[in-house]
Amino acid sequence: MRLLITILFLCFSSLGFADGHKKPIKIGILHSLSGTMAISETTLKDTMLMLIEQQNKKGGILGRKIEPVVVDPASNWPLFAEKARELLTVQKVDVLFGCWTSVSRKSALPVLEELNGLLFYPVQYEGEESSKNVFYTGASPNQQAIPATDYYLEELDVKKFALLGTDYVYPRTTNKILKQYLIDKGIPESDIFVNYTPFGHSDWSKIVSDVVSLGADGKKVGVISTINGDANIGFYKELAAAGVKADDIPVVAFSVGEEELSGLDTTNLVGHLAAWNYFQSAESDLNSSFIKAWKAKMGNKRVTNDPMEAHVIGFNMYVKAVEKAGTTGVDAVRKAMYGIKVPNLTGGTAEMLPNHHLSKPVLIGEILENGQFDIISQTKEVPGDAWTDHLPESAVLKSDWKSLGCGMYNTKTNTCIQLKSNY
Amino acid sequence: MKYLLIILFSLLSFNSAFSEENFNNFLFKNSKLIINSSSKTVGTFLEKINVYDQNTVSRFLNLWKNKKLFYIKETKKIVLISKFDNKTYYAIDIFSNAKIGKMRKKDFKKIKPNSGVRAKISSALVNFQIFSNDTNKRINSINALEKKILPEHLKLLRKAFLLEEDDRLKIKIKKLLQFAILQHGADDNERINVLNELKTNISLEVRAVLSKLLRTSEIKVTKNIEDLNNLNIAQIIKPEVISKKQFGEAIKSFFYKEKLKLSVIDAYKIAQKNGFLDKRVSLNELKLILENNIVDNKILGIDIKEFNKNSKRIEVYNKLAKIKNLNIYRDETELLNDLKQLHFYKVYIEKNKYITNKTKQVLDSINFKVKFYKYLDLFIDGLSLSSIYFLGAIGLAITFGVMRVINMAHGEFIMMGAYTGYVVQLYITNHTLSLIIAFPLAFIITFIAGVIMERLVIKHLYKNPLDTLLATFGISIALQQLAKNIFGTQARPLTSPYWLDGSLIVNDDLSISYIRIAIFVLGVLFFLILLFVMKKTRFGLETRSVTQNPVMASNMGVNPEKINMLTFGFGSGIAGVAGVAIGLFSKVTSELGSEYIVQSFMTVVVGGVGSIWGTLAGASLIGFLQKFIEWFNPSNTLAAQTYMIIFIILFIQFRPKGLIALKGRAANDN
Amino acid sequence: MITDINKSVKKHSLIFLITIFLFTLLITFLSEPFGINFISTSFVKVLGKTLCLCIAAIAMDVVWGYCGILSLGHFAFFGLGGYMIGMWLMYERTSIIVLNSLDGSQLPFTEIELQEAIGNQIFGVVGGTEIPLIWTFADNLYFQIIFVILIPGLLAFIFGWLAFRSRVTGVYLSILTQAMTLALSLYLFQNDSGLRGNNGLSGLQNIPHLENLSQSTISILFLWLSSIGLIFSFVIFNYIIQSKFGSVITAIRDNETRLRFFGYNVEIYKLFIFVITAIITGLAGAIYYPQAGIINPAEIAPIASIYLAVWVAIGGRGKLYGAILGAASVSLLSSWFTGGNAPNIPLGFFTIEWVNWWTVFLGIGFVAITIFSKGGLIGMLNTLLVKIK
Repeated sequence: MRLLITILFLCFSSLGFADGHKKPIKIGILHSLSGTMAISETTLKDTMLMLIEQQNKKGGILGRKIEPVVVDPASNWPLFAEKARELLTVQKVDVLFGCWTSVSRKSALPVLEELNGLLFYPVQYEGEESSKNVFYTGASPNQQAIPATDYYLEELDVKKFALLGTDYVYPRTTNKILKQYLIDKGIPESDIFVNYTPFGHSDWSKIVSDVVSLGADGKKVGVISTINGDANIGFYKELAAAGVKADDIPVVAFSVGEEELSGLDTTNLVGHLAAWNYFQSAESDLNSSFIKAWKAKMGNKRVTNDPMEAHVIGFNMYVKAVEKAGTTGVDAVRKAMYGIKVPNLTGGTAEMLPNHHLSKPVLIGEILENGQFDIISQTKEVPGDAWTDHLPESAVLKSDWKSLGCGMYNTKTNTCIQLKSNY
Repeated sequence: MKYLLIILFSLLSFNSAFSEENFNNFLFKNSKLIINSSSKTVGTFLEKINVYDQNTVSRFLNLWKNKKLFYIKETKKIVLISKFDNKTYYAIDIFSNAKIGKMRKKDFKKIKPNSGVRAKISSALVNFQIFSNDTNKRINSINALEKKILPEHLKLLRKAFLLEEDDRLKIKIKKLLQFAILQHGADDNERINVLNELKTNISLEVRAVLSKLLRTSEIKVTKNIEDLNNLNIAQIIKPEVISKKQFGEAIKSFFYKEKLKLSVIDAYKIAQKNGFLDKRVSLNELKLILENNIVDNKILGIDIKEFNKNSKRIEVYNKLAKIKNLNIYRDETELLNDLKQLHFYKVYIEKNKYITNKTKQVLDSINFKVKFYKYLDLFIDGLSLSSIYFLGAIGLAITFGVMRVINMAHGEFIMMGAYTGYVVQLYITNHTLSLIIAFPLAFIITFIAGVIMERLVIKHLYKNPLDTLLATFGISIALQQLAKNIFGTQARPLTSPYWLDGSLIVNDDLSISYIRIAIFVLGVLFFLILLFVMKKTRFGLETRSVTQNPVMASNMGVNPEKINMLTFGFGSGIAGVAGVAIGLFSKVTSELGSEYIVQSFMTVVVGGVGSIWGTLAGASLIGFLQKFIEWFNPSNTLAAQTYMIIFIILFIQFRPKGLIALKGRAANDN
Repeated sequence: MITDINKSVKKHSLIFLITIFLFTLLITFLSEPFGINFISTSFVKVLGKTLCLCIAAIAMDVVWGYCGILSLGHFAFFGLGGYMIGMWLMYERTSIIVLNSLDGSQLPFTEIELQEAIGNQIFGVVGGTEIPLIWTFADNLYFQIIFVILIPGLLAFIFGWLAFRSRVTGVYLSILTQAMTLALSLYLFQNDSGLRGNNGLSGLQNIPHLENLSQSTISILFLWLSSIGLIFSFVIFNYIIQSKFGSVITAIRDNETRLRFFGYNVEIYKLFIFVITAIITGLAGAIYYPQAGIINPAEIAPIASIYLAVWVAIGGRGKLYGAILGAASVSLLSSWFTGGNAPNIPLGFFTIEWVNWWTVFLGIGFVAITIFSKGGLIGMLNTLLVKIK
């Protein structure tokens, strides 16, 4: 009986209220607020809340206020699917901003595609996907990993590569692409050392000493790190303890930003690298006002990072697209999104491409003592690639939702392989 | 050679023909190269720069390398910048130090050479600085040379070796000179002498130079075996059929490491590129050709529905090939046959066979020694992992091992200790002092927490250990979330004092970070203290008596309630102190403790419950075993952990009481 | 006295079964596709999943509450069941897509080409292309359903045989079972295990050959499947417990040594219970994960199994419906409090946000129940009922 009462109570509480006035635009925020990923994702929730607040001060969108709906999928991947469904069907949100790990995106994807939702995904990812219902505002491999590898090859003259990663989708796929890319560039397979460690790995002494001894044949060694989250702290500490200086063995990381460095003593990391589409140290008026607003809201010690910029771009694009379409209907907004341009925080403009990826500049930064990055290389805007050109099975694929209406189009046979995604 | 002459020339010419004015013009003309420097383009620029006055140039290069230069966006002029007030800055001429004008922040930008460019600049600075009077400058230039020695540096080094007076620097120069001779020397006898001198040196640099001597060419191919006689052959390679990687890769690589292999397909490609064999038709190409020859849903009169097997496709294709005069399809075994008449080989880039043989010999003897250090390194790794496990488990050795209380919140006591260390560091910035305070403070805090927990919860549940497990699990998740609410989800830094930074470097293959030594020492210390407390003090005696027979103990005048409370508090306190140590080398998060909990229980169980010696044995077994398995399979620590746990499960089947089992009445569990 | 209790147990069980049936019927009438659209599909899914967790909870109750083996690894079987069915779901769905896309090619595809295309679709996301050996039977639903029973059963058999034979009992066994689930989850976390590593199997809610049905219909189908599963396992376990076999089991819990002296082969009894509960848990997992949509190794981390034990303890161990009550109430409340639906409680100086504080209260709740009410929620209810009478 008690069970029944609880259930009925639950049902009523989830019904929500109807509003007599102009209905607000509901934005669902699907970021983990607890569990292992909370470290990174809580910041993105706060970013979204700040952006929504700012937009509401400007009068909302189309004269309608924006109402954020925050849920906590608790770093539990199945919950991402459950909460996405709840947001779309019970809360009836117009759009979702969320997810961090690829697993969480893959978990929410089938629900989004089934219910025709719209998700803005703000994190750099492994590519090889283009869903009709997701806009990828983070970097795909050709906007982060490939340019960083080029930098190693051309600028630092690295001849041996250690690809270290956490054992999950993003490092696996990225390293697969990079390995093929390096082989194509003439690096023998024996000079590429690949290693995967579990999430939160802490005992790095063996791996670091393996990497150091890679240099025994006199070739310059470079580390490409796709190590995720907490594990970085132990990794960098061990590097410092092993006396590895950035001049001898540089490390370029794709998952280490200002936020991650704020938990670290950076004196020993100075000179190591990171590749992103945004650094807090980027000089532009837009960026300084964004940082100012963020610090005013969250406290002076807080930093900004790349996925936050991705949310800023995504949110601004969404606002523009809704204004252009005049409605929040998913299909109308999606069509309006193509070709929309908004300014980057690093200067220049980001454009939404028909493959649901952005064109963004690639920045490479050296770690400074204060935990910030010194930008030493910045490219022009690079269009994001859904399917990599460096793997034979993906090279023939193309995504174009605008004219072909397909996210997985085989250019060889001229057929659309599927309209939904691989989960 | 030309390069060298220019240097000598510029060394001799005092400040003459080329004035600063000229250099300034030169910079202005090349400002684009400086502003958007790339290590590909910087080389030519640095060559040109040598004709100018060496002091000016070296000053400029130093400024550039140290990221001190700026440029004015509008004019692309390169200047220095000094701050005037919050909004305005002065632009300053690099050479005259004169103020050129006031600017705002957006008018100028910093010039940021990347580390590749910086390395090239340092290398160029060698020419200017190796004979400098300033010792520091000489050291800098020697350090730059360590990175890369070019052929033209050989003469420079010979001269520097003769001129150098500083003894320590002279040793360094000698080493570099040896390397330079090996790589770029013309006299083979001199090189062999150097090789002999380097025999006993096992440093990474020496191995690097020696390996460079053994560099080989790409894989080459020939039909005539006599061709090989005159060459300095490194390796003759036989092509083989390599099956695709499949499931079980982890287990396979567990047993042996892969060698360099040449697959038939790759070998064929090489042979074809060199014109020895015809082009091969791949299955995909074959399919395309077949598809192009479909007539009325038929190929050569055969219905296309039958083409759902490769054998059929090949059969028909080969018929088609005969008609159309195409290459017929050959599978891998046939290809292997084709390749039998060919010889694949690699040659050393070094032409002198005697030198390569000698180098190999020297390198082998060095590697033999290196192997010894590698094993030693592995042993030390195992030791340090064991001490970490021991630290994690030592509190449990008391609460679980002695009292038989399953404390699932044990990990959270470790976490509390680590956070205590972090909080102390917030207030006391001296890291040494803060540690000295943090250790006892962590003990006190977790001791109190342990006592409270014992009084409120565990006291009621002594009769049923399984209930304790659940109740303490509840406490564990509550404490974890509480820590999250208080300290946030971000990892917090617990910085070790400066004297624990860095590592004890024995040689390039054996270095132990001080922090690991400290943890080992701490582990030993804990062990001794615990042993002392349990065996030599009244408290230890009473604890043992209560756990072995509470009724008897209370008859003898021991208060079991009090002893239980104190013992639990003591175990928790030890966990807290261990937490400070663990926090020093890993990160402080609310989940810190939960990572250690399962491992810690296994440590205690494997070692043997009830004995501190057992915990030590358990930690050593698990730590060494894990490192040992990892050594087999370097690219997969996850697999190592899996195999280790399976081993433990099996181990307990055969020794249910653990490594060191108590005997007699004390062994009675429940 | 004893017969009295037995009677009341039987009566309660019957009431319980009818309640479950009526409850499912009620939900169906309130649902979107078959009723008045009062309950959202997402909530139907939550309920369906909760029912599956209840199945796992009663299995746990039998193995712990009746037989006295505190297994902290039963969720491993749950996950394995999910993986087995998930393999078929993924393979079948992918092969339908691949077959459709290959339709356009001129030559008919070969078996190898088909396998390659499927492998690339499934394993492309984790950097692989080939279908591992363990997927050999993934194209056959019947084989995979047999595996749902066989694999968890086999693992339980091997583990149980080893453990019981060497008389590992009590706390040691708990820790050992925890090590087992940890080892399994670590193994599955590896990409080389052939089950897509950390990513796991996803998109499982799209049932192949049922593409025409909407998710709301499928959710009701699975709700029924789950509740039939619950009733079925309840009946089986109830039968086992009520039989003479059941008395032996309970006797093992109460005094294993004495039973051994009586000449009972205690190990066989324990092994039987361990294996049968593992199989039922595996089946529950096989119904659960198509509703959850994704299974990955984090699901079978040790903490999941501890939670399972906690549910049983909270509900009341040694009573099957107690386990169900515990599992249902805790998991539903958790989902409600972390869903952002619960209103925050302002205390003036401090606001309690449920998202942050729920786990703290939950933890304290466990402690309180273990100390003050050995019988769990059901125990409390019974005492209340007795008082009223």
